[in-house]
Amino acid sequence: MSDLFNMIKKEVRELLTFQTILPMLVMTLIFAGMGGMIGGIEEEAAKKPVIGIINEDTGSLSGIATAVLNVTAEVVYNSTGGTSVEEALEEVKGKDGIALLLIPEGFSDNILHQNRSGEIHIHWIMKGAGIMDSISTGIVEALIQVINQEIAKEIIGQGGSVDPKIALNPIAKNETIIFKGKEMEDLSPGALSQVLSSQSIIIPMLMMMITLTAGSTVISSMGMEKENKTLETLLTLPIKRSSIIAGKIVGSAIVGLLMAGIYMFGFGYYMQSFQMGLEVNLADFGLTLGAQDYVLVGISVFVTLLAGLSLCMVLGTFAKDYKSAQILIFPIVALSLIPMIMIMFKDFDTLPLLLQAVLFAIPFSHPMMSMRALLFDDYLLVLSGILYVTLFAAATIAVAVWIFKTDRLLTGRIGKKREGAKSFWRRGLRRQS
Amino acid sequence: MLAVEVEDLVKDYGSFRALKEISFNVDEREIFGLIGPNAAGKTTALRIISTILQVTSGSVKVFGRDVNKEPEQVRKMISYLPEEAGAYKNLTGGRYLEFIAAFFKDGDDAEEMVERGIEIADLGRRIGDKVDTYSKGMMRSLLVGRALMIKPKLAILDEPTSGLDVVNAQEVRRIIKKSVKEGTTILLSSHNMLEVEFLCGRIALINDGEIVEEGTPPELKKKYQASNLEEVFTEAVK
Repeated sequence: MSDLFNMIKKEVRELLTFQTILPMLVMTLIFAGMGGMIGGIEEEAAKKPVIGIINEDTGSLSGIATAVLNVTAEVVYNSTGGTSVEEALEEVKGKDGIALLLIPEGFSDNILHQNRSGEIHIHWIMKGAGIMDSISTGIVEALIQVINQEIAKEIIGQGGSVDPKIALNPIAKNETIIFKGKEMEDLSPGALSQVLSSQSIIIPMLMMMITLTAGSTVISSMGMEKENKTLETLLTLPIKRSSIIAGKIVGSAIVGLLMAGIYMFGFGYYMQSFQMGLEVNLADFGLTLGAQDYVLVGISVFVTLLAGLSLCMVLGTFAKDYKSAQILIFPIVALSLIPMIMIMFKDFDTLPLLLQAVLFAIPFSHPMMSMRALLFDDYLLVLSGILYVTLFAAATIAVAVWIFKTDRLLTGRIGKKREGAKSFWRRGLRRQS
Repeated sequence: MLAVEVEDLVKDYGSFRALKEISFNVDEREIFGLIGPNAAGKTTALRIISTILQVTSGSVKVFGRDVNKEPEQVRKMISYLPEEAGAYKNLTGGRYLEFIAAFFKDGDDAEEMVERGIEIADLGRRIGDKVDTYSKGMMRSLLVGRALMIKPKLAILDEPTSGLDVVNAQEVRRIIKKSVKEGTTILLSSHNMLEVEFLCGRIALINDGEIVEEGTPPELKKKYQASNLEEVFTEAVK
């Protein structure tokens, strides 16, 4: 065997360990999941939007509009008037529709003879505020543009006396959003999604930062106890195991919160630059958080921090040294990335049941979802989330305390496994004793 | 009262048996040595007595308290110095002693304890320096100071003079003997047979997880007609 080959073999063996492969696998799965979701977006975009139409107009131009819609959308409700909007909405909603378009009486007359834009009332039935949730609404908005162009062509083709401004842009939209039981007038789904996303990004970012800072501090502190050979001494001191764990968690949380606070200070300014362009004030639509809502968000963040750090503590017990501790943070980062990405694409309510279960099971999801849920008075999701995360934290702390009371803390691995692991184990122990 | 009672102690790591039904007692205020080659089971035995490893079977009591059932009570009475130990690198030697003392005493008593630790460590002005600037010998001196400053009822010392030069090692041995006069019982392990002969009232020879011989150094030398403990050990494990 050549010296070079011998060296390469040694380097590969040193570097290619289970700990280095695992994070890559996790990241691959996350990207594959994202790819799957983006694939889903294409599929969603190719689908015809499901809509309902009430055409109360008897003029020629509304016929153009309905003709375009009948070809480009799946019209599940079609009426020429005489029915109430509420009834029509119920029917469209029941058929999984996303909008009800009402072309009022006088639509054509306004454009052709009154030199006024023809209004189309769009009642949006929003199910979620994620990227994927707003694809269909985007398609309907694009269809309105097509109708606008087709009617403009017709007017110009007729060569009448219509004001050129109206002729070029004959349609005006009048939008109402129905979302989670709330009705919001003069607001488009795109604008609402944008405002909700920019408002609720702060919590996911905060969770990510705390996870990265405090979580890695907890895991590293365990790795350093082993690397610096202080762990054995610590374990023989007259101090309760739960106090050691609590001390490490609280100490790391203080450091993590401080670091996250400094980061968020800068991030807040960064986000403000995006919000300046948004002229929508959610309070105008009754979407505000009261003092009790902020308390619930705070509780959700706190219990999640506790759960996350407890999980880090459990992972930290497997750290052999500082280097291996750094790698162990990856599962935590993945656990906080997954809900962040999922929420970005879809609202909890619009996810399939299996993904809802996955999202609910990840503790980091709950503070990320809490703000939006509270804006729409979804207390059940927030309170059940807090309860679940509290139980999760208690169970994880119990596991951490149990590990501290066993041999596993010193050995950093759970034994009684494969033969290969046993022989490795044995060799290590011989060295120790 | 016996300081340590080890009875039929077995320790398994998976299918590997590190300790095979070993038994020995340590009397109060004596220095007892656990002697053996690498991988004999010395550190495992000391770790069990120090409450940081679990017993597979058998029993271990420290001043009548079972290490598995009452570990917190045992920890109040012991001080353990592992063979490979360190201190928190961002602390100074003095701060490290203060950190440890705070678990045992408050106020003036804690200060007195730290003073004793500083005296035992004998690091001069370097006690105010950060631990990561210490040499191996200085670190060991600090840790010996840490282990003995609390005046434990039982000090468990794994290779106490490991890494120390001759002068410092001699000083540590003197401190160990002095601490016994002050009421501490010492259970130690060592490879250094001269040290063992100098320090220990009684010893147990351990090999491959079994105690192969136990007694005072003169008794064992007489039994094996050996001039030193090295010869005793070689004969005993044959």
